[in-house]
Amino acid sequence: MSKTPVPKGFTPVHSARFGKKGSQKLAGYEADGGYASWKKVAKGWKSGDFTPAKIIDMVKASGLRGRGGAGFPTGLKWTFVPPKEKRGGKPVYLLCNADESEPGTFKDRLIMEEDPHQLLEGMLIASAALDVKHAYIYIRGEMVRCAEVLNEAVAEAYAAGYLGKDILGSGLDIDLTVHRGAGAYICGEETALIESLEGKRGHPRIKPPFPAVSGVWDCPTVVNNVETLAAVKFILDNGPEWFKGMGRNEKNTGPKLYCVSGHVEKPGVYEAPMGIKFMDLLALCGGMKGGKKLKAVIPGGASAAILTAAEVADLPMDFDGVAAAKSMLGSAAIMVMDETTDIPKAVTNISKFFAHESCGQCTPCREGTPWLNKMLKRLIKGEGKRDDLDLLLQISNQMGNGMTICVFSDAAIAPVISGITKFRDEFEAYLSKAKAPDFALAAPAEVTPKVADRVAEGIHG
Amino acid sequence: MSGGPNLPSAQIAGNPPVGEHGALSCGKALKFSPEARKRVDHLLTRYPTKQAALLPTLWEAQREWGWISREAVDHVAEVLELAPAFVWGVVTFYTMYNRAPVGKHLIQFCTSISCHLADAEGVYAECRKRLGDLKPGETSKDGKFTVIEVECLAQCDKAPAVMVNDDDYAVITKDNLDSFLGGLK
Repeated sequence: MSKTPVPKGFTPVHSARFGKKGSQKLAGYEADGGYASWKKVAKGWKSGDFTPAKIIDMVKASGLRGRGGAGFPTGLKWTFVPPKEKRGGKPVYLLCNADESEPGTFKDRLIMEEDPHQLLEGMLIASAALDVKHAYIYIRGEMVRCAEVLNEAVAEAYAAGYLGKDILGSGLDIDLTVHRGAGAYICGEETALIESLEGKRGHPRIKPPFPAVSGVWDCPTVVNNVETLAAVKFILDNGPEWFKGMGRNEKNTGPKLYCVSGHVEKPGVYEAPMGIKFMDLLALCGGMKGGKKLKAVIPGGASAAILTAAEVADLPMDFDGVAAAKSMLGSAAIMVMDETTDIPKAVTNISKFFAHESCGQCTPCREGTPWLNKMLKRLIKGEGKRDDLDLLLQISNQMGNGMTICVFSDAAIAPVISGITKFRDEFEAYLSKAKAPDFALAAPAEVTPKVADRVAEGIHG
Repeated sequence: MSGGPNLPSAQIAGNPPVGEHGALSCGKALKFSPEARKRVDHLLTRYPTKQAALLPTLWEAQREWGWISREAVDHVAEVLELAPAFVWGVVTFYTMYNRAPVGKHLIQFCTSISCHLADAEGVYAECRKRLGDLKPGETSKDGKFTVIEVECLAQCDKAPAVMVNDDDYAVITKDNLDSFLGGLK
């Protein structure tokens, strides 16, 4: 009983219990078959029916890829954790990335608000597979009410013996703590999240070492998104083949929550098989608001390159489909813009976001993001100079491609580069009365196509 | 040291005058109430280091005193055995710790892209106008309202989205602005 319509023949998975009365409570969750998989794992732990290797193999076989933005294969990420004998007695930590801050994204909030136990069950299974004794949910500071729901669910799970010491007689000890952030987009980047959890400013770390080897408190750490961890529960419930049976091809599998906002009739979270065509998704949302014409789409949050109406006409909304269109699925935050949208103004707005959120560690990003924003603000005020567009592209190019510790900078330039490249006439219109530039550009701007590839690696680990 | 108990009425949230270690003074030494201290002590059992409890402990401080003053920084630093300058460095990194007193209702307008597409900037400006031409971050003379602009609140389907203190509000437009403000007593 998803709150929103689903495609014909598709049975909702994550959203099946959304909107149901008491969906947050343990009793209702158990009545709907919840924690059955966790009980199976716990029961089979001592007998060896369930082992870490078995769970990891199931996740690998399902084809599950990270739902936070990067689309990295989850099972593979898990295998990067060193084996016990090579950990020097250090514990392994599981961190659930619930710092959902990418503009346009609001799916994890819904899982946590409407059905928090599906996340807890997924985290428990993952913790068993990864030999984790203490898992944390890092939730963004603004989600105060959501954190309350989660904390109640955690308390219920402890009281029922699903969490704590010697869980259900399995010998497994797992603790779980909800940790609230305090307002910083960058903490969605996995190493910034780790720093923040340690009680510091959220500054991304230089990789390597990768968190799987040395993460929080210098211990092996796995960081996974909310929807990813919840999916683990459903993979255990129904098997990897069932999961793989959904989706466009074997590299883009499973059910997916799409966040649709902007100029559509019914914005919301829509669940569909991975790889649903954009136009089919738009139809589920009741089409364009007021019957207006589609102009552009941001397919994966503010960090994703803007696509034109023509580019999305036949676009499968999955990791590889959107990447092939030189953008990214990211967190599946789809922002739809109609014919009345002023693209230069929209791009300026996005540049404001990145200028505000840069953590300030790396010079190209700290200086570049406010600079892009100032240039764009000047442009939409009608005070731009003739060469501004080329200058914007040139500076953008100097901010990306590995010039910084994390991919924030690449994310910040993606909308600028794609906006100017694809809607140049709209930017030119603001320059119709432009003055000559203060200085001449040394060389024509070059836009490296690799930027899109690097952005596709994702800012949300 | 500026600030102190006689704060200027038009205090810009998040941009206070600079004091000795940066934080604004509230004019008196602070100490957690026994209940808050109990919650902090419980927090310390959930992490392998005291430092890791810094963000939640700062939340407790804001819950106790409404904002993070110099004295709050000093007390948190003492409890967690950290340098006050380190604590202040962390406070200033995150946007949600108030570095100056705010009104009873802290109205936070999201103006990120999805809300921008629904004219959030226009509603934000109109809201400040109706509350007596408040500047961004300014508190109304009666101390009831502080209005600020924030980035994406993860409520993009309910654009323009607003948060008041800890509560979420959906689709606040120029048309329903009066009833929205009227509901904030």
